[in-house]
Amino acid sequence: MAGFDKVVSSYEEAMAGLEDNMTVIAGGFGLCGIPEGLIAQIKKMGVSGLTVVSNNCGVDGFGLGILLEDRQIRKMIASYVGENALFEKQLLNGELEVELTPQGTLAEKMRAGGAGIPAFYTATGYGTPVGEGKEVREFNGRPYILEPSITGDFAIVKAWKADRYGNCVYRHTAQNFNPMAATAGKITVVEVEEIVEPGEIPPSQIHTPGIYVNRVIKGNFEKRIERKVTRSA
Amino acid sequence: MALSREQIAMRVAQEFKDGSYINLGIGIPTLAANYVPQGITVMLQSENGLLGMGPYPTEEQVDADMINAGKETVTASTGASIFSSAESFAMIRGGHVDITVLGAFEVDQNGNIASWMIPGKLVKGMGGAMDLVAGAKNIIVTMTHADKHGNSKLLEQCTLPLTGVNCINRIITDLAMLEIRDNTFHLLERAPGVSVEEIKQKTAGKLVVEGDIPEMQF
Repeated sequence: MAGFDKVVSSYEEAMAGLEDNMTVIAGGFGLCGIPEGLIAQIKKMGVSGLTVVSNNCGVDGFGLGILLEDRQIRKMIASYVGENALFEKQLLNGELEVELTPQGTLAEKMRAGGAGIPAFYTATGYGTPVGEGKEVREFNGRPYILEPSITGDFAIVKAWKADRYGNCVYRHTAQNFNPMAATAGKITVVEVEEIVEPGEIPPSQIHTPGIYVNRVIKGNFEKRIERKVTRSA
Repeated sequence: MALSREQIAMRVAQEFKDGSYINLGIGIPTLAANYVPQGITVMLQSENGLLGMGPYPTEEQVDADMINAGKETVTASTGASIFSSAESFAMIRGGHVDITVLGAFEVDQNGNIASWMIPGKLVKGMGGAMDLVAGAKNIIVTMTHADKHGNSKLLEQCTLPLTGVNCINRIITDLAMLEIRDNTFHLLERAPGVSVEEIKQKTAGKLVVEGDIPEMQF
């Protein structure tokens, strides 16, 4: 089974080949469904000048936020970045560039990138600052803007389970951007809670087929909760 | 008297139809989930990838992998489905969500909305708002009719950077419910005890008042 066995045993192996100035696409929504160990490995490697594509940029001290501490991110492409004091500081003093992108457009940029579609038309953002300078075309009397898709040198993904072939399933809303991110990396690395044998996940229940995945590593997750809200039982 | 946040949410919920798929924005729109009329079933969409959002979890039910678009812990209701962000926005952008409720800084008589960016202030991002206003069939904006200095938020033309163009058809404020048609605000209902005069005075855009305007019923 060696040819399809994607499992690696160290984070060094998992992120091998990541260099300065590369583009990294990361799954996750807030702190939910983020590849914690892969982000920690990027910090440890000390690479800089990164363009990071992710819905958010973590919080101070956790998630992608830790990559700001040593100024490893040059540009962030995200839909919402409000949770992070260090982010604000670096943005205001010009150390960090941000490209705010509507959330659905961001998901579609990843999806299209992974599917070999270089750009697509969408109504989202027409007539707003997001549409400025972009090609406009009318379809059925409605204007749309042309949005380029996104691919990355690396995609870092968090799944619940993967088998050795890289077939992945996600758990609950920790799915979010992970399936699109998985398709859009030249090298896609998946960090999982559990590695199983091929065949253990029923084929029709697989969210991300292993063809998209290059490396799989078993992680240990803190799974920090950003806003815990409860009701009385 | 001007409506409270809860009363605005109550009036919003009266617009919900049985069997509707609804996306509620953060703030007053989220409160509307507490006032769904008796005998009506709706399904709430959370744009991070959940259709059929349930109540907040009990302490025992808390699960880091179950959150809503506000990043709060949440549960799934019976009959819910969970999916990717691309799937979630296919629903939104493809016009499959029946009603979207969101807040705004300004709305104008052409149905334009500004809700995400105040120049000179730190911009956190638009999240899913631009996708929602571009895709939803029926958008309700909730906001106060005027800012705290008394300046109208219902304008001839928005002054802030836009979230979407020509997309808003209904507005529920602390003073009134209005519809936008033919590039004009049309007054449909007024908050109990609020005069048509006051609404006229606080609406900067073109406003049409036809016949007697009923008070909202709660």
